[in-house]
Amino acid sequence: MFSVELLDSALFASVFRALIPILLAAIGGLICERAGVFNIGLEGLMLSGAFAAVAGSYFSGSAYAGVLSGVVAGVAVSSVLAYGAVTRKGDPIVLAVALNLFAVGITAFLLVAVWDVRGVFQDPRIVGLKTMPIPALSQLPWLGSVLFNLTLVGYVALLVVPVVQLVLFRTAVGLRLRGVGERPLAASSLGVQPGRYQYGAILASGALCGLAGAQLSLGNVVQFAENMTSGRGWIAVVAVMLARAHPVGVLGAALLFGFAEAIGFRLQGNGLPSQLTDAAPYVVTLVALVVARRQFARASTSVAT
Amino acid sequence: MDEGPGGLRGSPPGPFPVRIAAHEEGDRVAELELRGITKRFPGVLANDQIDISVAKGEIHALMGENGAGKSTLMSILYGLYQPDAGEIWLRGERRRFSSPIEAIDAGLGMVFQAFKLFPSLTVAENVIYREEVTRRGLLDHREANRRVTEIADRYGLAVDPTARVERVPVGVLQRVEILKALYRDAQVLILDEPTAVLTPQEAERLFTILRALADDGRTIIFITHKLKEVMAISDRVTILRDGRAVASLTTRETTAAEITRHMTGRDVELRAWPVTRPAGAPVLTCEGLSATGDDGRVVLDSVDLTVRAGEIVGIAGVAGNGQTELAEVIAGLRTAAGGVVTIAGTEVSRAGVAARRKAGLAYIPEDRHGVGTAPTADATDNLSLGHHRSGPLVRRGVLQRGQMVERARELIARFQIKIAGPGTMVGTLSGGNLQKIVVAREMAYHAPLLIAEQPTRGVDIGAIEFVHQQIAQYRDGGGAVLLISAELSEILNLAQRILVMFEGRVVAELDAATATESELGLFMAGGGTGISAVTTVDGTESEHAR
Repeated sequence: MFSVELLDSALFASVFRALIPILLAAIGGLICERAGVFNIGLEGLMLSGAFAAVAGSYFSGSAYAGVLSGVVAGVAVSSVLAYGAVTRKGDPIVLAVALNLFAVGITAFLLVAVWDVRGVFQDPRIVGLKTMPIPALSQLPWLGSVLFNLTLVGYVALLVVPVVQLVLFRTAVGLRLRGVGERPLAASSLGVQPGRYQYGAILASGALCGLAGAQLSLGNVVQFAENMTSGRGWIAVVAVMLARAHPVGVLGAALLFGFAEAIGFRLQGNGLPSQLTDAAPYVVTLVALVVARRQFARASTSVAT
Repeated sequence: MDEGPGGLRGSPPGPFPVRIAAHEEGDRVAELELRGITKRFPGVLANDQIDISVAKGEIHALMGENGAGKSTLMSILYGLYQPDAGEIWLRGERRRFSSPIEAIDAGLGMVFQAFKLFPSLTVAENVIYREEVTRRGLLDHREANRRVTEIADRYGLAVDPTARVERVPVGVLQRVEILKALYRDAQVLILDEPTAVLTPQEAERLFTILRALADDGRTIIFITHKLKEVMAISDRVTILRDGRAVASLTTRETTAAEITRHMTGRDVELRAWPVTRPAGAPVLTCEGLSATGDDGRVVLDSVDLTVRAGEIVGIAGVAGNGQTELAEVIAGLRTAAGGVVTIAGTEVSRAGVAARRKAGLAYIPEDRHGVGTAPTADATDNLSLGHHRSGPLVRRGVLQRGQMVERARELIARFQIKIAGPGTMVGTLSGGNLQKIVVAREMAYHAPLLIAEQPTRGVDIGAIEFVHQQIAQYRDGGGAVLLISAELSEILNLAQRILVMFEGRVVAELDAATATESELGLFMAGGGTGISAVTTVDGTESEHAR
């Protein structure tokens, strides 16, 4: 029943639409993971970013001001997590769960408080992100029209992968961050303060999730809907686990989930019930988690202390 | 290097800068001097006016029982604690270290007992951490590897700078720690019980390295429990007891007996506990016991062993060669991949811990904080654990608190546990007293079989003697004991038969009456086993694991 037309460039376009928010959030999660903080607050950070991006765009009339406010909101909310988990030494899991619930509540509340809207807020005054086709490259057949026809946030997302790869594995800061994540006591015995790196990592994940949210609410669509992230932040968490916190692997995992979402969307067009096709990314998530679990079991080597 | 003309008196000829014997230091500035160091913790005077002076190029041993204040003193020196009173003088200059990094910058290096390394990073990355070699903002791995190799070659610290630390054996990890200090140009190197994780041969090698470092003008402070090492390697020794420096001696002018007397305040010598009766019927038998580790590698490979009533069987081996897993598999804490375990006539190969205990097992685990006790529970609860299933402590399913407290009081008295009372949280106890809690509880089972895993690790001499006595009495009362220990003298003093484990196998069985430490050490290092033993752990799991 999968006809060949399923794999056309329109499908790839929707793969990338689905992939970019997940990728950005997952890279944020990856940085935290490398710093030794298991950040499951990506969902809430992303949702906060999506809301702030719409609000920023609505009030300023500029999509980029919207993106900026998304980033600021992501950083602001993540600073709560950083303060609680690092400064106050709280459990990051508990804090992040609270933060996720808070994000759902506060955005829905503000939707009513500011615009007196429930559910979905759409308005012509919200300026969306435009795609920026790169001359010549975007004319290339097949992937060219997809890969070189992204929003600014989309390009940033794809650039973030090699940049993070480089910083993590080829710079002193990356070496220290990885050390902090693996053995914070060893790091502090050499004068590296784990808290600082963990703060930085959590705030960076806030900024990246803010970007992810902005892409979601100003790029993929131009609106804010209650709980519009609908599990993408969780999928990003899974992507980090699946890729064992390697940037390139995270890109691969995000691609996988992007495909799942896009194919689900396409199948819906082919007449499958939407309840079923909407479940596609989550089915992939479940399968991936089972596979990842086995990998983890194998990866956990006995480490000399 | 900077000796005045007077410093050369009586110096041996040779290519290295001169080592200054300690008694000659009087007229010159000491490399390191601690003056009147005092540190008080709530209820404890950990360091009481300690004075220590260490000359440049000297190997200075720091000895003392647990709780004597060695760790506190070194933590103060390394900037982890601030002293309440007292001064640190380094090369004639008064210093204050408010963090380890300040101590490192002043030329101090510390090799902790628990290595502070990053397993997933390479040896070179571990060494250069925070002192990275970069070129145009990026890490220069080649240059880092070169520098690490250069230092390593200079002092015979053979390491592969590109190896991942998680794949490197323990003896090499220690060299990485030493390299870390040398890379930061440590002039004073502090080693906290460095030989605890080494085979005798590896320890010898470490001593050669330390000697080379001292000959190069570096100063070594060496914390140890082991008299033999003090006598073998140190120039001088300072002995701490109850937070005070009770003696500073020149090693070649003293004796082991004198040091022991200073340490304990009495004459204690660890003695052997010979058997009085021949061994009886088998109590524990293991046949073809195999198991895999957490990472899926084979850690136990067809182990056969028997322990008889009235007999202590010692398991020797370098840490990480399957001893821990052997104890876990027999105790039921780890599932065996294959093989048969029989305790006092009951086959328990697939049974859970409770069934094994019922069959006649008592178990003193290696990890007394995590496995042996519940640190946040009080002595009463800890001493009752496992004894709550039946008997006087429980009536119709309800614990009898009064009985438990009564019993705890009795055990505390009998085992001379220094604790405020049965209601005191055991997590606050010193290593020796915590271990006595575990020993008291397990002995109280009067089980036919006792597995004692590292029963005296990190415990002071007085407590070691006590635990040894208890174990010997247990045996003499007809108990079967499987003694797993990294301490060869412990095994030689207590056991009748000794099995040596290497890479998950029993590679040798020796009669304790005739075995020597060097013989054991050879087997522990995988020597004398012929060809195949070395290759078993890696790929061939399915073959052995059944």
